[in-house]
Amino acid sequence: MCTSDESELATVTWQSSSGFDPPHQSDTRTVYVANRFPQHGHYIPQRFADNRIISSKYTVWNFVPKNLFEQFRRIANFYFIIIFLVQLMIDTPTSPVTSGLPLFFVITVTAIKQGYEDWLRHKADNEVNGAPVFVVRSGSLVQTRSKNIRVGDIVRVAKDETFPADLVLLSSDRLEGTCHITTASLDGETNLKTHFSVAETSVCQSVSRLEALQAVVECQQPDPDLYRFVGRITVTQQGEEIVRPLGPENLLLRGARLKNTKEIFGVAVYTGMESKMALNYKCKSQKRSAVEKSMNSFLIIYLCILLFEAVLSTILKYAWQAETQWDEPFYNQKTEQEKNSSPILKFISDFLAFSVLYNYIIPISLYVTVEMQKFLGSFFIGWDLDLYHEESDQKAQVNTSDLNEELGQVEYVFTDKTGTLTENEMYFRECSINGVKYQELNGKLVPEGMMDDSLDSSNAALTGEELLFLKAVSLCHTVQISYDQPDGVGGGAGDPFSHTNGFSANYMEYYASSPDEKALVEATKRMGVAFTGSNGETMEIKTFGKSEKYKLLHVLEFDANRRRMSVILESPSGGKVLFTKGAESAVLPFSTKGEIEKTRLHVDEFALKGLRTLVVACRHFSAEEYSEVERQLSAARTALQQREERLQEAFAFIERDLQLLGATGVEDRLQDKVQETIEALRLAGIKVLSCGHFHRTMNILELLQQHTDNECAEQLRLLARRIKEDHVIQHGLVVDGASLSLALREHEKLFMDVCKNCSAVLCCRMAPLQKAKVVHLFKTSPEKPITLAIGDGANDVSMIQEAHVGIGIMGKEGRQAVRNSDYAIARFKFLSKLLLVHGHFYYIRIAHLVQYFFYKNVCFITPQFLYQFFCLFSQQTLYDGAYLTLYNIFFTSLPILVYSLFEQLTKPALYRDISGNSLLSFRTFLYWTLLGFCHAFIFFFGSYALMGEDTSLMGNGQILRANRQLMFGNWTFGTLVYTVMVITVTLQLAMETHYWTWMNHFVTWGSIAFYFIFSLFYGGIIWPFVQTQDMYFVFVQLLSSGSAWFTIIIIIVTCLFPDMLKKVLYRHLHPTRTQKSQMYSNRVVIGDDFIALQPLSRAKTQLGKIRADS
Amino acid sequence: MSKEVGTENRPDNTAFTQQRLPAWQPMLSAGIVIPGFVLIGLAFIGIGVALFVTSRNIQVLERDYTGVERDSFCYGCSDLKVKNCKCNLNFTLDKLFEGPVFFYYGLSNYFQNYRQYGNSKDANQLSGDKEYFTEPDESCAPYERVGDVPIAPCGALPNSMFNDTFKLYQMVNGTRVEVPFDGKGISWWTDYNIKYRNPPGTPLSKAFEGTTNPPFWPRPAYELDTTDPSNNGFINQDFLVWMRRAALPDFRKLYRRITEGEYAKGLPAGKYTLVIGYNYPVRAFNGKKKVVFSNVSWMGGKNKFLGIAYLVIGSMCVVMSIVMLIVYAKFKFPDEE
Repeated sequence: MCTSDESELATVTWQSSSGFDPPHQSDTRTVYVANRFPQHGHYIPQRFADNRIISSKYTVWNFVPKNLFEQFRRIANFYFIIIFLVQLMIDTPTSPVTSGLPLFFVITVTAIKQGYEDWLRHKADNEVNGAPVFVVRSGSLVQTRSKNIRVGDIVRVAKDETFPADLVLLSSDRLEGTCHITTASLDGETNLKTHFSVAETSVCQSVSRLEALQAVVECQQPDPDLYRFVGRITVTQQGEEIVRPLGPENLLLRGARLKNTKEIFGVAVYTGMESKMALNYKCKSQKRSAVEKSMNSFLIIYLCILLFEAVLSTILKYAWQAETQWDEPFYNQKTEQEKNSSPILKFISDFLAFSVLYNYIIPISLYVTVEMQKFLGSFFIGWDLDLYHEESDQKAQVNTSDLNEELGQVEYVFTDKTGTLTENEMYFRECSINGVKYQELNGKLVPEGMMDDSLDSSNAALTGEELLFLKAVSLCHTVQISYDQPDGVGGGAGDPFSHTNGFSANYMEYYASSPDEKALVEATKRMGVAFTGSNGETMEIKTFGKSEKYKLLHVLEFDANRRRMSVILESPSGGKVLFTKGAESAVLPFSTKGEIEKTRLHVDEFALKGLRTLVVACRHFSAEEYSEVERQLSAARTALQQREERLQEAFAFIERDLQLLGATGVEDRLQDKVQETIEALRLAGIKVLSCGHFHRTMNILELLQQHTDNECAEQLRLLARRIKEDHVIQHGLVVDGASLSLALREHEKLFMDVCKNCSAVLCCRMAPLQKAKVVHLFKTSPEKPITLAIGDGANDVSMIQEAHVGIGIMGKEGRQAVRNSDYAIARFKFLSKLLLVHGHFYYIRIAHLVQYFFYKNVCFITPQFLYQFFCLFSQQTLYDGAYLTLYNIFFTSLPILVYSLFEQLTKPALYRDISGNSLLSFRTFLYWTLLGFCHAFIFFFGSYALMGEDTSLMGNGQILRANRQLMFGNWTFGTLVYTVMVITVTLQLAMETHYWTWMNHFVTWGSIAFYFIFSLFYGGIIWPFVQTQDMYFVFVQLLSSGSAWFTIIIIIVTCLFPDMLKKVLYRHLHPTRTQKSQMYSNRVVIGDDFIALQPLSRAKTQLGKIRADS
Repeated sequence: MSKEVGTENRPDNTAFTQQRLPAWQPMLSAGIVIPGFVLIGLAFIGIGVALFVTSRNIQVLERDYTGVERDSFCYGCSDLKVKNCKCNLNFTLDKLFEGPVFFYYGLSNYFQNYRQYGNSKDANQLSGDKEYFTEPDESCAPYERVGDVPIAPCGALPNSMFNDTFKLYQMVNGTRVEVPFDGKGISWWTDYNIKYRNPPGTPLSKAFEGTTNPPFWPRPAYELDTTDPSNNGFINQDFLVWMRRAALPDFRKLYRRITEGEYAKGLPAGKYTLVIGYNYPVRAFNGKKKVVFSNVSWMGGKNKFLGIAYLVIGSMCVVMSIVMLIVYAKFKFPDEE
């Protein structure tokens, strides 16, 4: 079901659907409307999927086997099952329970987590599949569940409902059989689209008439391309078969929403997992974070250490046993079986036994702890009030918790402009009419420079040019009107932004494919020329309350080549007029009349202010001209061959000799705090590649309109030189799409060099694929920086998926970006907190988590290894089996988990400290590993020094005189090492903790207390069903020795003392920024913005201080 | 149009969800660490001195009696062929050896912690379960049965029980006066009373019916101590001491205490003879045997390590706090008072 990136792009370009391979033999499917199959014998029923959407992975039945299978595909789990099997098969020092139990624990925890997630998916599926729908069955309208829809069913959908399957429109409540839909949840387009039904079926507006309908739909097999549908419908009327072609305009897609139409009837052609929406489901991208990658390489290193230790032990064992006095002393003779087994077999089994003995050096619970940490930790992002957008009631959304820490590693941010940096809410700002600039003031069109007080005089007295301009703007568009009474959140979760500014008065709402058009029509309405409706043939406007009807003759649709659109209208007076609106470069060259030069100046001026500009023109036709236009257009439209080209010719013929009316300037406002956010990110050392809001002091370099390779290279070299020569701190670079593709084709390296030296890069006019390509280019550059892409529209999806971390903005352009992102936030400004606070925290947390895990397992198993030197490499375990089993799952698991959820540190500017995965660098890893080895040596030899002479360790206290002069055995020795270890390892983490909440206290001291309580209990009774009672009373005896206590204390202090010393000295000699800030946190001058970016607790105290000062 | 969007998605504003639980944020600043180090250092030096002095006051008398060297007093016995060999160790005490005195035997190069050796016993049998007297655990092999007769106690660990005997005499006015040894309570209370149990049945010999003694044992288990009938079978003190495996290859085990009669206060100065019943072979694996007389303090037996360790770490703490003070003074950041 996963369509890869490439296949999606392929389908967009109308290629065959390479990603999807339909399981049907036939190329087409035949759908009998209402499942009225022909009576003749030659009909072979086709099998179709039912209308169930399944996003869940498991069912109740296959959960256990499937989940187990998937878990054991993980290398670590597989490793442990192997160890477990080895223990079952050969004589090993530890019982299989010691590795079986932790494995079982880990598998269970993971299974519970995955089961829970799947349960949520099941719940969502059930909600969708169980939604009530109305289906025409046996002559009446029947309510049923969505999952019961079969291919061929006639489905009724009411206004504002979503379509439950892919339907071919049969009829609507309108006479002409059309309906309006929005596909916002599919492709992010919010405009209304008109879909049509075939004339023969559109008359069937009631159930009874549908009952009489005899029709067959033949169409292609399911295909993920949303914009492609080829089929035909055969309607049998009075014994006569009428065949009509069907195209995408006849198909209503599952997930789209019916608008503006009371009800429709449609026949289901693709259902359930075969619907186009389901075919477009993507498997979640499997992005792996840098932390995970380093974790895996560390695991491999540890595996090598393990193998090395096992091999060394095996070899030493045989070297030692070469002499019979060690091999078989009189007190320990061999059995016949041992004497007779082959040496090679013995060697192998010894090696395996040693591997089993040391296997705990691979931290079994690492993966499960990391997973838990990510899973639980990601809740904090959703819970964060600072990431909650009040106006739209949206909180941050986490789609993949796997990348939490990657947020703290981002070095490059790639951002989309419209909708991401801006509100995507257009406001009409200025216009130029006939060479005069105008502004909108309080709903009036006011020439520039006119004072406010003179407003009254200009009231309603619009000149002819002004009026014509306004009419042109309010007529030349494809805006639709919806007269809905909006309900609550305007149409559901899909588009919570349907409340548009100021248009609530008469429940009239404009729907437009481009927000600019909408802004323009709304502006003219405010100024007195209101567009009040169109029904396909006439357009109605109200000029200061006076209604005028224009007959709509032709629409010359917008296309990307012409970059303009036109309408031809018949005015109420009977004159034929053409209105054109488009980009200045697409309209001005064809204008022959009007203030062309002045307008051009004004347009440039608008553009400089950052406004989006459009130029408006008109042309009046004489009767002869119009008949020629009519003839050309209809000839082109009905042409069977080369229709496209002929239409272009016709358009070019029509759209000339234009009379320039003026130009408009529409502003897309920047979102709140965008500048500040970018500045904060930049301070943190992150480079922002975006549609630039450059810093004022920045040196702007341009790479624009490069047409040839050589020019491009030349320019790039020039830029590189300028960067070196100009003594400005920050550079900005502007690139456009065309130049970029040139630069990328031949001069990648040069381009990269230039880019890297700029702290901001602006790329404009980019195709979605180009955006992804830029991201890819940076991602694969030698430094391998971590990239983040942020965007809000469907055109950003490829970029979002390409980057290491993809962030979706819950904007106006639908949910496409949000659905494909790893994290979704409501506003760009939240990015700073997400990266600089959450990302930073999670990185520090997880990095320490990983390092600590390796550390504590080295501490754990190295004494065991050392002990082999003292027991003739006989694989004697140092610790009891229960201790071996519970170390990782009980005694030392919770403190690190709580640490990794609650640790907090420092301020956002310290982001640089951790960039480049520095906390997981090989050096740090080595440090922790060596620390682990050192501690293990101290544990072992400290205890050895105490017990080595094997004198009595009991005092001669009077009370305990009898029976107290005891000798300690090997289990007491092991328990001493273990006790010291559990305490030291827990305290080592305590030393790393900077943020002690009550939970940290609870688990840290609780773990140690739990260890003592458990040991007392474990050693306190004779356990039934257990072979040996090795640990009986060992712990109590150990603790009743004063010397043992002294030893425990001295070993712990010896272990922690150097690290403590190192921390203090390091802080003073080489403080990292983090530590500096800790030391002088009170004295750092901070602005309000920074306070917002900090962990709240710290910010609060700082705010308090500032307030107290002032 | 509805301006008011609901707030049902609004996250809770609690300390927990907003990650601002009240927290203690300790900082390892020099101002805290230096005094802390000094305090710890001084405390450790104090403890170290106390431990060191205590340990030094403990008297220990240690003698090797393996008899490898020709001039050794047990040389004649070290040959395995000699049975029931006895050798005498004479020593003189210049001053009172303060009591209570503990008497240990020691073995070196002896791997009681060898895995297969340690596992070679039947815990169920040793807890008195009669079932296992007929069917000993297979981990006991090759000391499971002699012929068809099961061994009790089976296994290499019981089989190899130390069997040298010792008797101490003081030379008082030319006559040998035996110093009474106290063999009670030298093993763990729990071992003696709970963990190890004799099989049910009296007399004990009847309970052991149908089994044979381990091959190295001269007598069956129920005759280990001929002087005290309650000190036989699996709860024989010497047996229990042996069964608690030593952690390391060079070890001592407690043999007897001297707590009775006029020797309760210790061994007075004078001449002594230790008569050793030499049975246990160690030369095959280059082992050494020794006897140790020692008394104990409140912290146990003589152990120089603890005192020295405390002194070293304590003084390192003090030295390091001085170093830190210097670093702190020299590298102090200008804006830190």
